[in-house]
Amino acid sequence: MTTALPAVRTRPRRRVRTPLWLLLPAAVVLGTLFVYPMWQLGLLSVLDFRQAQVSGGQPTRFVGLANYTQLLGDAQFWSVLGATVFFAAACVLATLAVGAALAVLLTRISKVPRLLLSLAAMAAWAVPAVSGSTVWMFLFDTDLGLVNQTLGVTGLNWMYDRYTAFALVGAVVVWHSFPFVMITLYAGIEAIPRSVLEAAAIDGASAWRTFWRIMVPVLRPLLAIVVIQSIIWDFKVFTQIYVMTRGGGIAGQNLTLNVWAYQQAFAAGEYGLGAAIGVVMMVILLVVTLLYLRTLRRSGEPL
Amino acid sequence: MRLRLAVAAALALTVTACAPSTSSPTTAPSDGGARTGTLKVWLFDEPNRAPKDAVVKEAVAEFTAAHPDTNVDVAYLAVDTRSARFKGAFNDPASAPDVVEYGNTDLPEYAAAGGLADLGPAVTAWPEGADLSADARASATFQGTLLGVPWYLGVRALYYRTDVFTELGLRPPTSQAELTAAARTIRAQKPELFGIAVGGKYTFGALPFIWDAGGDITSINSAQSRAGLKAYTDLLKPDNCPPQQCADLTGGKTVELFASGKAGMAIIGNFNRAAVDAGAAKGKYAVVPLPGSKPGSIAPAFAGGNNLGIMRNSQRPALAADFLTLLASKKYQTKMYAAMGNLPTLQAARAEVAGQDPFLKPFLSTIDAGTKFVPLDPGWGKIDAQAVLPTMIEKVVTGKATVEAATDEAATAINAALGK
Repeated sequence: MTTALPAVRTRPRRRVRTPLWLLLPAAVVLGTLFVYPMWQLGLLSVLDFRQAQVSGGQPTRFVGLANYTQLLGDAQFWSVLGATVFFAAACVLATLAVGAALAVLLTRISKVPRLLLSLAAMAAWAVPAVSGSTVWMFLFDTDLGLVNQTLGVTGLNWMYDRYTAFALVGAVVVWHSFPFVMITLYAGIEAIPRSVLEAAAIDGASAWRTFWRIMVPVLRPLLAIVVIQSIIWDFKVFTQIYVMTRGGGIAGQNLTLNVWAYQQAFAAGEYGLGAAIGVVMMVILLVVTLLYLRTLRRSGEPL
Repeated sequence: MRLRLAVAAALALTVTACAPSTSSPTTAPSDGGARTGTLKVWLFDEPNRAPKDAVVKEAVAEFTAAHPDTNVDVAYLAVDTRSARFKGAFNDPASAPDVVEYGNTDLPEYAAAGGLADLGPAVTAWPEGADLSADARASATFQGTLLGVPWYLGVRALYYRTDVFTELGLRPPTSQAELTAAARTIRAQKPELFGIAVGGKYTFGALPFIWDAGGDITSINSAQSRAGLKAYTDLLKPDNCPPQQCADLTGGKTVELFASGKAGMAIIGNFNRAAVDAGAAKGKYAVVPLPGSKPGSIAPAFAGGNNLGIMRNSQRPALAADFLTLLASKKYQTKMYAAMGNLPTLQAARAEVAGQDPFLKPFLSTIDAGTKFVPLDPGWGKIDAQAVLPTMIEKVVTGKATVEAATDEAATAINAALGK
């Protein structure tokens, strides 16, 4: 007897092509909006491209990796990078903690407080970064600020000490970004089947245990998105630092990579060097994101 | 975010080419461009802008009455962020203004960027142009080309509170030692006041001390420069102006402090008179030249000032020149002096205001005693944008670095920017 070969080889070529066609519009948009600027960014970073070149005073030259060697050889780059990583890490952790705690709180309170909390968070989210930072700056003003007046201290400059200044700016960054985390996680928690949570309650699980053992595993894909968003956002923080520390703080003690890049490269007209900083930042974010996704995969949950 | 935007802006220029090309040098229309339409004008914002705005509005009214079918769109630029705005205007001709006010320190950088139009012919054709002194013309000339019309001069001198000095039995200081002593007395007797308001970000307040000691920006780590820097940073101490409150003060902030009656003295320009008169200090102050370390001497002041220029990309250069020469005329320079205290650059206008206003005397003495300038080099813009000097002062003031270490670090950055 001969075994009948499965006759399922039906038009494989057609099947492969259809999704490609469907992806084409998105690819065109993404290609124009992302690939082309990124390629140009990379190109700029290997050119001697300063103000004089932009406005036509001097010819543009290819300089290879000179911009990168200059950048990596600059001691200030490393100290600013270190400050940025710590600042971003602290902001991400604080944003997630506040956002997650309030998301859980939202599921446990009655309608009116829930509405009020959501509205308050939405308001913080909706405030433009510049306005929000300026308002916080007024509150913490050395001579006329409400905070100093309430505390009854005179002449305390919150921006004088490096860490107080970072902490204050960090608080504003968290204030601006926790609503996104809160709303996303709240939506996720609401989608968890009631029966599962009820079963946990019947088994006598505490709120803490329910959160770690049920909500976190179920929400893992959502958490991944929220974490990556926060990392990218906080690593690139610009407005809050630029506004609140007046462009990097006393003697540049509160510079982060983005503000430093702006000051060193764009205010000073070194576009090639600025592009190199942009590429380095992109690579760092890419590596961090990939590592994070990999760790998640390892721990077993498909995303 | 800003980084992305800036890169995007740089890239927007180059969309048509494969490699990032340079913006093709658009030449001004040879016939002088359209004689109608909207003229875009950028002027500097001021701590108290209303009087300036009133004079400008008057000039605009006169201009539009004489030029049918024209509009003048005046925008006020924040001084702190002017650098980025000007670069944007050089890179994107479509959104660039026609007439601009710019600081004379920015001239070499803008000139090297090729952003400003040659005003030689326009000024020659302007009857009042001959009244500009050779010095004034030279200050707006870069490598042989006249790129601006000096609009006003600005020098700083020492404002002091007459009521406080009388109450404490102090005399206006005539030497640096007397200045320091007076400042400490005021702070000790009236702890709610700063003796002399000085700031870590106040470059043009610190430079006279460095110049007086025989130092300079290009030799910032010389023994003389260090002595001058130490004299200045010694004022940022709890017995005069505590670092907590003063380390991050800008020049503008010290003006505000003096105007609001929170300081006994301050180093303020003649151009800030309107701002001081708008505050609590009005009528309670007098001005003397900033004393040098030698008794009776005057510390060299920074010869600041602003020029009016026309952007090279302007599509209405003839119309722009008409508006520029109107704003720079004796009539409006005199009005601007009355409104803002801006020292006129036209000799006829200066003679007129000097004769009628004793307020000018200390400033004119300061000019006569000799003034100094920042390096006439495109690299100065970079030193300024990278906040090299404020960082140096702040490091010393906060104790993050010694005078020696801070000046060495600044010297490295300055030499790199000047290409030495």
